[in-house]
Amino acid sequence: MEVNDNDTILEQVTQNEYKYGFYTDIESDMAPRGLSEETVRFISAKKDEPEWMLEFRLKAFRHWITMKEPEWAHIQYPKIDYQDIIYYSAPKRKKELSSLDEVDPELIDTFNKLGISLEEQKHLSGVAVDAVIDSVSVKTTFQDTLSKHGVIFCSFSEAVREYPELVKKYMGSVVPYTDNYFAALNSAVFSDGSFCFIPNGVRCPLELSTYFRINAANTGQFERTLIVAEAGSYVSYMEGCTAPMRDENQLHAAIVEIIAMDDAEVKYSTVQNWYPGNKEGKGGVYNFVTKRGLCKGKRSKISWTQVETGSAITWKYPSCVLMGDNSVGEFYSVAVTNNHQQADTGSKMIHIGKNTRSTIISKGISAGQSNNSYRGLVKILSGAVNSRNFSQCDSLLLGSKCGAHTFPYIETKNESSIVEHEATTSKISEDQLFYCNQRGIDTEKAIGLIVNGYAKEVLNKLPMEFAVEAQKLLSITLEGSVG
Amino acid sequence: MLLNIKNLHVSIDGKEIIRGLNLGVNKGEVHAIMGPNGTGKSTLAAAITGRDGYDVTEGEIWFKGKNIIELSAEERANEGIFLSFQYPVEIPGVSMTNFLRTALNAQREYHGKPPVPAGEFLKMMEEKKNLVEIHSKLANRSVNEGFSGGEKKKNEIFQMAMLQPTLAILDETDSGLDIDALKVVAKGVNQLRSDENAFVIITHYQRLLDYIVPDFVHVLFDGKIVKTGGKNLALELEERGYEWIKEQHLA
Ligand SMILES: Nc1ncnc2c1ncn2[C@@H]1O[C@H](COP(=O)(O)OP(=O)(O)OP(=O)(O)O)[C@@H](O)[C@H]1O
Ligand SMILES: [Mg+2]
Repeated sequence: MEVNDNDTILEQVTQNEYKYGFYTDIESDMAPRGLSEETVRFISAKKDEPEWMLEFRLKAFRHWITMKEPEWAHIQYPKIDYQDIIYYSAPKRKKELSSLDEVDPELIDTFNKLGISLEEQKHLSGVAVDAVIDSVSVKTTFQDTLSKHGVIFCSFSEAVREYPELVKKYMGSVVPYTDNYFAALNSAVFSDGSFCFIPNGVRCPLELSTYFRINAANTGQFERTLIVAEAGSYVSYMEGCTAPMRDENQLHAAIVEIIAMDDAEVKYSTVQNWYPGNKEGKGGVYNFVTKRGLCKGKRSKISWTQVETGSAITWKYPSCVLMGDNSVGEFYSVAVTNNHQQADTGSKMIHIGKNTRSTIISKGISAGQSNNSYRGLVKILSGAVNSRNFSQCDSLLLGSKCGAHTFPYIETKNESSIVEHEATTSKISEDQLFYCNQRGIDTEKAIGLIVNGYAKEVLNKLPMEFAVEAQKLLSITLEGSVG
Repeated sequence: MLLNIKNLHVSIDGKEIIRGLNLGVNKGEVHAIMGPNGTGKSTLAAAITGRDGYDVTEGEIWFKGKNIIELSAEERANEGIFLSFQYPVEIPGVSMTNFLRTALNAQREYHGKPPVPAGEFLKMMEEKKNLVEIHSKLANRSVNEGFSGGEKKKNEIFQMAMLQPTLAILDETDSGLDIDALKVVAKGVNQLRSDENAFVIITHYQRLLDYIVPDFVHVLFDGKIVKTGGKNLALELEERGYEWIKEQHLA
């Protein structure tokens, strides 16, 4: 009895349609469909970029056309036609905006639907929001507070104009355009993104936050984020996003680069709930992201925390290169897949410096017919004496048609280092569900409760306001129409 | 009558376990159910509480004047039926506080009441913890996770105290308890006893019934209640075992 009944319940509970499916009609300023040197030049010109920026893009483009799209064992998707994508689209903007009143009311409306009204954000949460809608930063708040501390937090385009030396110095220093297919693509056509610079010894007084949102139909979104933390500084950075419902798949290939100098600490948190496609597996965002942090300085620390509930396909391995002696890398992840979603995610920890330490905690949750893979690499080079890694990869299965896979790769080139790996797979048992039911809690709520409990270790790492949102998201992603 | 079970037949996987059981429980009463292993005591509890897979093929279960056969497990719980599990499950990562608040609010929502205010809830937790002499630390941990056998049972009584059911079914809550814990459980039950609620206590030992004095003792055998008596029946069973009952029944 258990197996079948249980499956039916789980199926009902987990078949939930995307709640953020709406579409804002804002006149777009779009590039012609397709990708060529022309497109690259168009984008660069649109953005009034200096020559060096165009050069960078062109080099990346010329490299990209020599590369082959990678193939993975556990992800299947129709081939992407790179000539059928619009690589640039910006909401039309007549002049610089100095207050919210000047923002297109439709944009405000979009934010409201997402529950992230900038006004509220400003007044209530004390979070500086750099909102990115279809590639152009519309509004940056709390700029004043930040600049008092010497913190730079602005759109990438603005950084290219205002801080060219910093951008030139650090852009591509962690993720070179030669790194991988999608990194090359991003480097050629990236639209906008965020730039963040924390000067020597400054503890950033605010949680920095960006809401990304993919909007116009058929527009690839190519964000680029660069975070530089100088010696002894600290910053917590949050990235969160939703995408509207769409039939064709949308490609998203972002790059995030983080550099931490001596004693600097960067916490990067992501809550990602892009449109995963409908129940039949149609539509949805393809999310191919390259995120990498370089612990360049001694005792520096970078932690990645992510809650991934969206996208049709997620391919993402936030990584740390532990170059400075005694530096620390951390990766905490909850990845939920439902219906036909596929996620191939994990982390890479590259130990180069002495006494470097890394921790990987990965919690996969699979429902429906989805596939959830953890792929991790821990590499300890010969110079990284006395280094340590601890990895724990847990999978939770809801139903019997979904899959969880774990691929931990370990390469150790010295004997003084210790690498530990633990993995578990579990199911929500019928006993647990009945126990909750018997206390008056319906199955839908029970699954939310159990899943949140399972993911607690990771959720606890998120900044407070994010954690609450993430908890809701986990429940929403798995909730449906019970009886 | 609070609970009225008429000619109940329950099958698991097509195998009939409860075969024509009748039981009536009034408010204010305590009923003990005893019987050999594997005769259907836990199955009866599962059927009353509406567990999936326990198919009622015949008969009726009336609770507070309603036939509850069609109600889901959570609806029955919210109507006021509580089961103290023979084997409480662990729910890792879910704090007792969060679990109980969710449960209590589900119950309140069912009755059209707003969620319980945080302050009031915490006060209630404190009060009930004392009632069952449960350690504050236990209440801060995840549901049953790493609890000892005895702690799990006490935790069931704690939950019962929090949810204040009209009908509480205790399935071998006394098994595995040391004598002090047994007294604590009994004390908890006795303090909750009132004219408005009733208890069905499944047990193998007369010992518990020294502390919680039952109004009726039933013997469940072969899926039916084959003998009913007063408190003294438990003593007699303790002395003589079940052979004589089996013989009487099969004769
Ligand atoms: N889920 C199940 N699947 C198959 N058979 C079951 C299931 N649950 C109970 N049974 C069977 O039903 C019968 C009655 O079991 P039940 O647990 O109700 O007995 P009990 O009277 O509570 O026994 P005990 O005193 O040992 O707790 C037993 O033969 C048992 O094996
Ligand atoms: Mg039993």
